Amino acid sequence: MERQLMTGNEAMAEAALRAGCRAYFGYPITPQNELLEYMARRMPQVGGAFVQAESEVAAINMCYGAAAAGVRVMTSSSSPGVSLKMEGISYMAGADLPVVVVNVARGGPGLGNIAPAQGDYFQATKGGGHGDYRMIVLAPSTVNEAAALTQLAFDLADKYRVPAMVLADGMLGQMMEPVELPPFVDVGSLPPKPWALSGAQGREPNYVASFALDPYDLRELNRRRLARYQQIEAHEVRWEEVQTEDAEVLLVAYGTMGRIAKTVVRLARAEGTRAGLLRPITLWPFPYGPIRRLAQRIPVVLTVELSMGQMVEDVRLAVEGRAQTPFYGEMGGVVPTPRDILQEVKAHALQRGKHEAGVRPA
Amino acid sequence: MRSSVENMKPVFVRPKSLSDKKFTYCPGCHHGLITRILAQVIDELGIQERTVMVAPVGCAVFAYEWFRCDGVQAAHGRAAAVATGIKRVRPDLVVISYQGDGDLAAIGLAETIHAANRGEKISVIFVNNQIYGMTGGQMAPTTLVGQHATSCPEGRNPQEAGYPIRMAELLATLEAPVYVARLALFDPKHVLETTKAVRKALTYQVQGKGYSFVEILANCPTGWRMSPVQANKHIAAVVTKAFPLGEFVDKG
Repeated sequence: MERQLMTGNEAMAEAALRAGCRAYFGYPITPQNELLEYMARRMPQVGGAFVQAESEVAAINMCYGAAAAGVRVMTSSSSPGVSLKMEGISYMAGADLPVVVVNVARGGPGLGNIAPAQGDYFQATKGGGHGDYRMIVLAPSTVNEAAALTQLAFDLADKYRVPAMVLADGMLGQMMEPVELPPFVDVGSLPPKPWALSGAQGREPNYVASFALDPYDLRELNRRRLARYQQIEAHEVRWEEVQTEDAEVLLVAYGTMGRIAKTVVRLARAEGTRAGLLRPITLWPFPYGPIRRLAQRIPVVLTVELSMGQMVEDVRLAVEGRAQTPFYGEMGGVVPTPRDILQEVKAHALQRGKHEAGVRPA
Repeated sequence: MRSSVENMKPVFVRPKSLSDKKFTYCPGCHHGLITRILAQVIDELGIQERTVMVAPVGCAVFAYEWFRCDGVQAAHGRAAAVATGIKRVRPDLVVISYQGDGDLAAIGLAETIHAANRGEKISVIFVNNQIYGMTGGQMAPTTLVGQHATSCPEGRNPQEAGYPIRMAELLATLEAPVYVARLALFDPKHVLETTKAVRKALTYQVQGKGYSFVEILANCPTGWRMSPVQANKHIAAVVTKAFPLGEFVDKG
């Protein structure tokens, strides 16, 4: 392992190259520009393809072509640009093509601003493009984890032949932290892709498409995809727990909010409130099971997000009424301090305490 | 005189680069002819085993399966970007995008122009039949002034809908393309000229020279509500006036 000080954007780019990514297509947008610029500089050094595309739409479709040709390929953007990529992501899901899409998310909707936000959760996890499909979504909370999850995204995308997204935000993209960089993967040692377009030499032609006019044919293709999605749900759920063993209030937060929530847990405990944290690392597949198990003994499950409340819907689906499920959110690119959230945690703990003591809440 | 089979030689055969999948084109449509020409040239150049066809959305949506070559189906308008992605990672492959006028000149105009301007080493076959065929005959960016279509029932009115876009001339203003030409198919002479142009376009790609673009004035008997013969006469007499034939760029 090699230790370097890098921004999140640079770390994700370098991690991609080390994972064997040999094609990158992108379009400038803040706050992910450093990723594109890093690729412009480094991709030729490893003998890969780099194109600054005419749009995010073109970039994702260049990815479609390169993925169809069997190469590990990545694009990156930020929220408005990722909206434009959604058509291409749907086509790649439909054509069973692996691709890694990085979203260094910013405030929205619309042009919004360039500050960190988590308003793209629905788009990422609930099918931002059209049709019946799923996309693996990985949510790092540190620069180091952003690098590690970028590598994982390539492996999972290839393994299951699905698009995979690394959902970061402007904070993670711009901040510098020490990163443990893994060694370079030998591209030749990656599992072969016999379905790829490589020229029909000594074999029948390969066709890559998301097209099946006959509804029974498309149903069959979708059933096979569903079976793969179920495999992903069974094997690839990832999350981190912090001091959940004796918690009376469970925080659920991901990404940048997840790291802030860790500080909240520490502060709360210093002041006598037993807080814990569950941080989803995969947003799809979502850690419904782990949250459900904790909700059986923790009476308050507080979801904290940089949005008006998106992941909280999945948390409530997981909890299914077993515990209270309040929500605390900040919007528009405003990032709350640990103290802001601490007030919220203490208020819920206090209310709970009164409730247990037989005092009706006001 | 008796003839024996041994003394006969084939003068016309099915190109081996065509697959067995049946065409879905209407009777009399030029798409079938263009597909055949392309397959024949792929045979002649001996590049079947390293050709990748990029199919559009439109009447030619199945073009990825009509060739005995690897094929990929692109999102509407994005064929040039998909072709770019393939060619950049596999420069040894011959990458051909096959697109209609709605795909290439309306929704995919940005991808078309920028792929040409970057000089991507791909070949683009542009089938200009002045109408949206597959969706039932709506106005295309290439629909002639006054031409009737289901979405301009009174005929294309340039005051509201503008004028037909001349893609070959437009791309010929760029520095990078090595070959830009417009051909037609309304008689055998022009079929042969089109075949020659397609051969040139693919040859330039094989030689690594750069971006080639072949626009072909095609018919749409169904969408135009004409017989195939009437449609051919219409191309010769009317369409070629709005879209002059010729080689606009040839840097071979």
